[in-house]
Amino acid sequence: MSFPLLTATAVLPALGAIATAAVPAARRNAAKWLALGVSLATLVLAVIVLVRFDPDGDRYQLTESHAWIADFGVRYELGVDGIGVALVALTALLIPFIILAGWHDADPLETGNTRWRPTQGFFALILAVEAMVIISFEATDVFLFYIFFEAMLIPMYFLIGGFGDRAHEHGEETASTQRSYAAVKFLLYNLVGGLIMLAAVIGLYVVAGNFSLQEIAEARANGSLEMATSTERWLFLGFFFAFAVKAPLWPLHTWLPNAMGEATTPVAVLITAVVDKVGTFAMLRFCLQLFPEASKWATPAILVLALISIIYGALLAVGQRDIKRLVAYASISHFGFIIMGIFAMTSQGQSGATLYMVNHGISTAALMLVAGFLISRRGSRLIADYGGVQKVAPVLAGTFLIGGLATLSLPGLAPFVSEFLVLVGTFARYPVIGIIATVGIVLAALYVLVLYQRTMTGPVKAEVEGMPDLRARELVVVAPLIVLLIFLGVFPKPLTDIVDPAVEHTMSDVQKKDPQPEVEAAK
Amino acid sequence: MENLIALLVAAPLLGAAVLLCGGRRLDAVGHLIGTALAAASFVIGVVLFADMVGKDAEHREMGQHLFSWIPVEGFQADVAFQLDQLSMTFVLLITGVGSLIHVYSIGYMEHDERRRRFFGYLNLFLAAMLLLVLADNYLLLYVGWEGVGLASYLLIGFWQHKPSAATAAKKAFLVNRVGDVGLSIAIMLMFTTFGTFAFGPVLEATGETGEGKLTAIALMLLLAACGKSAQVPLQSWLGDAMEGPTPVSALIHAATMVTAGVYLIVRSADIFNGSPDAQLVTTVVGAVTLLFGAIVGCAKDDIKKALAGSTMSQIGYMVLAAGLGPIGYVFAIMHLVTHGFFKAGLFLGAGSVMHGMNDEVDMRKYGGLRKYMPVTFVTFGLGYLAIIGFPGLSGFFSKDKIIEAAFAKGGTEGWILGSVALLGAAITAYYMTRVMLMTFFGEERWRSRPTASPAEPSVEPAAEHHGEHAEPHPHESPRVMTIPMIVLAVGSVFGGAYFSLGDRFIHWLEPVTEHAHGHPPISALTVTAATVAVMVIGVGLAWLQYGRGPVPVAAPRGSLLTRAARRDLLQDDFNHVVLVRGGEHLTRSLVYVDHTLVDGVVNGTAATMGGLSGRLRRVQNGYARSYAVSMFGGAAILIAVTLLMRAV
Amino acid sequence: MNPVNYLYLASLLFTIGATGVLIRRNAIVVFMCVELMLNACNLALVAFSRMHGNLDGQIIAFFTMVVAAAEVVVGLAIIVSLFRSRHSASVDDASLMKL
Repeated sequence: MSFPLLTATAVLPALGAIATAAVPAARRNAAKWLALGVSLATLVLAVIVLVRFDPDGDRYQLTESHAWIADFGVRYELGVDGIGVALVALTALLIPFIILAGWHDADPLETGNTRWRPTQGFFALILAVEAMVIISFEATDVFLFYIFFEAMLIPMYFLIGGFGDRAHEHGEETASTQRSYAAVKFLLYNLVGGLIMLAAVIGLYVVAGNFSLQEIAEARANGSLEMATSTERWLFLGFFFAFAVKAPLWPLHTWLPNAMGEATTPVAVLITAVVDKVGTFAMLRFCLQLFPEASKWATPAILVLALISIIYGALLAVGQRDIKRLVAYASISHFGFIIMGIFAMTSQGQSGATLYMVNHGISTAALMLVAGFLISRRGSRLIADYGGVQKVAPVLAGTFLIGGLATLSLPGLAPFVSEFLVLVGTFARYPVIGIIATVGIVLAALYVLVLYQRTMTGPVKAEVEGMPDLRARELVVVAPLIVLLIFLGVFPKPLTDIVDPAVEHTMSDVQKKDPQPEVEAAK
Repeated sequence: MENLIALLVAAPLLGAAVLLCGGRRLDAVGHLIGTALAAASFVIGVVLFADMVGKDAEHREMGQHLFSWIPVEGFQADVAFQLDQLSMTFVLLITGVGSLIHVYSIGYMEHDERRRRFFGYLNLFLAAMLLLVLADNYLLLYVGWEGVGLASYLLIGFWQHKPSAATAAKKAFLVNRVGDVGLSIAIMLMFTTFGTFAFGPVLEATGETGEGKLTAIALMLLLAACGKSAQVPLQSWLGDAMEGPTPVSALIHAATMVTAGVYLIVRSADIFNGSPDAQLVTTVVGAVTLLFGAIVGCAKDDIKKALAGSTMSQIGYMVLAAGLGPIGYVFAIMHLVTHGFFKAGLFLGAGSVMHGMNDEVDMRKYGGLRKYMPVTFVTFGLGYLAIIGFPGLSGFFSKDKIIEAAFAKGGTEGWILGSVALLGAAITAYYMTRVMLMTFFGEERWRSRPTASPAEPSVEPAAEHHGEHAEPHPHESPRVMTIPMIVLAVGSVFGGAYFSLGDRFIHWLEPVTEHAHGHPPISALTVTAATVAVMVIGVGLAWLQYGRGPVPVAAPRGSLLTRAARRDLLQDDFNHVVLVRGGEHLTRSLVYVDHTLVDGVVNGTAATMGGLSGRLRRVQNGYARSYAVSMFGGAAILIAVTLLMRAV
Repeated sequence: MNPVNYLYLASLLFTIGATGVLIRRNAIVVFMCVELMLNACNLALVAFSRMHGNLDGQIIAFFTMVVAAAEVVVGLAIIVSLFRSRHSASVDDASLMKL
């Protein structure tokens, strides 16, 4: 038996989490370095996975399969296709930056407040989340996926509720209340989604007799597993609901602004760039493969919801006064694009959606982390508290602008490629929806530029004066992300080559063909 | 030879990267690097041009395929360049005028501490514009298209500490984005119709689809062109864009940015040719804009804004010509090139005036400057003569041809368009003469006055006076600034004649754009005579108003039209009331709805559950023994039930 | 001897233990009563094993002993630390097991 590479990518951060938590309190810095080292080692493993993955080979590669709970047909089955491998790589890539960006976020507070802030816990929890997210991207057993899909909530809950921005307008007391509110809201929303999914998972077992994604999908495809139309639809809705909460899709989105607003910026990045991707990924992998007919049945409704998400999220982003909440609403708009691309059921749409997941992870991380550096300098999340930062901290402002431009999908940066693919893919099948969605492009420019104008330009505010520019550590976090944004914007071929075959498989699962261009169709 | 094409773009792009990432170390040499790389691009352009001229007209098109950009099933986008006569014309204009503006900026921005960054942005601008005109497919063109938008955003807002500059930059980007949506929809339509969006296949396949599709694509392209080229209804950003440093205005108006729309239309000629409806709309847009811009130009006291109005109007001519189809394409581009010369010259002249006048832009505070700035006066004057179409200078040749072509459109349309174009020529002569007279002739209104002139009791707001405490000392600009102006003036004088003699320009572009000779209902000579006549009328009117008597320092109230024109014909007010205010209300109410309604439903459910659990919670009193009782009780009940079930 | 008698004894012991848990206040006594219940169960299990003629019951009895030993360790530790902090071993003084 070959070396279980996929298991290793998940086990390594899990062990790292335990080890980090076990570091004695006095050696706080050792814990940080340990966590960083583990996350980098995981990145190396992920790169090996990426290299070993053959885009033209089997659909699922590097598979592992072991009996687990034999009585219920639950197996420990891992395997990655092009989509999974891209997202595993994204996760492994972002975690070191998140750890580095949050280097001081969990330090004990200085005198005056003796509340214990468990530094080790913070980093251990991040690694735990990484392990669970990675295994969710790799699991090809529905039950195995479900377990980690849910278990992820626990460390996330503590990360949101336990650690906040270090300084806050209204004092530690209010901040802590708001934090727990946000954390509980996050937990409840996702638990409800997960519960409904659990029912659907059990239902699936009753119908199919096992949990193996590949077996069920195969049986569905060759007709040996019949499902009554209504059963399939109910099961689909059960799965989709959980993923739509996680993604989040309008109107199940309200937990995200709270959670992202109250959590520390690295954790906010973790939520939107990594954890939420499990939701959209699972739509692509589980909803479409397990329930192709029901997916097609639900497509119009989902596309409308996605469209509402795009425009609604963008409009609310325009109206926000809080930088982090603004980014949160912008993310809701972007998730609308991703979901639209998935359910447009065209090669371009789904390739675009997958690229979008990766690119959105990188661009939001860049924008949000720079925003976090900005917030940590002034101790306020309100846009109105800034002004003229560009004059005192040009590098910070420049990186912030690039992050913003990526968010508004400027051509030449990575998100443009994915956004355009999603739009083209949607337009090819649903022209009206595609055209309305382009309004989102204009609105994105509006919220990004308004944010930039209000914080970075204009006369220098008194509180902003003397604000230090980006430090070396912060630059190390931001610069690679920006390089990656530019590289994937100019030359996304390596990524599309990996993703494309996987999308073709999914397209054949739902038995959809791309619409022919009019001219060729006429011939 | 083909391999040089990428270098055209790469040189300024490298400059931008080096200057923007280089940090303070490069402050001392930044402007030299930027200028050198812009000039390098020009040199490469000239080499390619020489090579192209040496070939047959039929074999002049070159291409270079760099790499596959977005390869997705059924969707191919490449990074590939195409260099034909049309692109070549633009390349030379962009890099040539662009390099001159670089040189000029060395002097103009000398005292700005962020000069290095300024040159980085200028290089970025050139690179984006070159990418736009060299791309061989619409998606890559779109990259350049938005790149130009970004560069203009950075440059218009270069003095970011001024809120007005930051706002103007944002506005320019946003209005352009609306146009960009048009372009992206056009590309999507091409993709679903033709399965590709590369120039060659798309333009060849236009015959295979219906007119409806072509009209839709053409109109979307027109929307895009309106955004970039500041045509009605997306023209509002251009005036505000004057917040940027003056060389930027010259660059935007002459060499880059606003010409992109005309390029797009001419490049997509086959699509427009296939749709008479779209062509009609294009001509109407052009005609409306040329009047609109001219009227706005008449009312502005800010020298740069008056010139901005004139740009809008001149681009209107080009769009009008491009809408006329094969009879107009060549002239649209010819006017674009001559306009590039004289408009760049005019803007650099305006910058030179401002440079000597403590950055004052109000023409009412100029006057009599010809004595103090002779070089600026002469170059500006030549540019002025060129733009009003003085016989023999370059504007005369190109504008006259457009007016002729407009008449040649035929029928009532032809008459209407031709008359509008003639009327525009008259107004152009009027407002440009006004600019000229107010700036270089008349009394020296910039000298400190004991009080405001007695005829005009001072009603100006105090804010306008802040710059006046120091009386300006008008002086000629340094040579690094005047030389580019002189070069451009030479171009403005001789460019048109050179292009027109022996129909050189027509033969040059014909293989790309096709050309048909229009047959105006009246003889070409009559048109020319009429053009000259209306020009003389325009100049005369302006002289009557501004040349004979003194110019009041404070603007008179003016008629309703004047006041409206001063406010850009109320377009901004409309935008403000409908879009800005409306948008604010919409977002605010949505934020409220999100908080109360969407969130409220969920929170309501949570509150109900909370109340319920509050009741249940009393059972939990925390005493271990009471828990034990409930355990035993439960166990007893379970056992009892089991036994009972057995019994039954 | 009839193994059923052992079952009677076991249920008697269990009842005594349960009553003790419910009515005594001293945590140590409560604790010992819990042990009494556990051992009553053990007795019953062994008796079952004898009655059915296989070893399953005995095996489970061993499990129970091990778990009981572990439980004693944890339980006593809790009681001791409670006593330290409150100077009382009365179970009625502690009502911390609620939010």
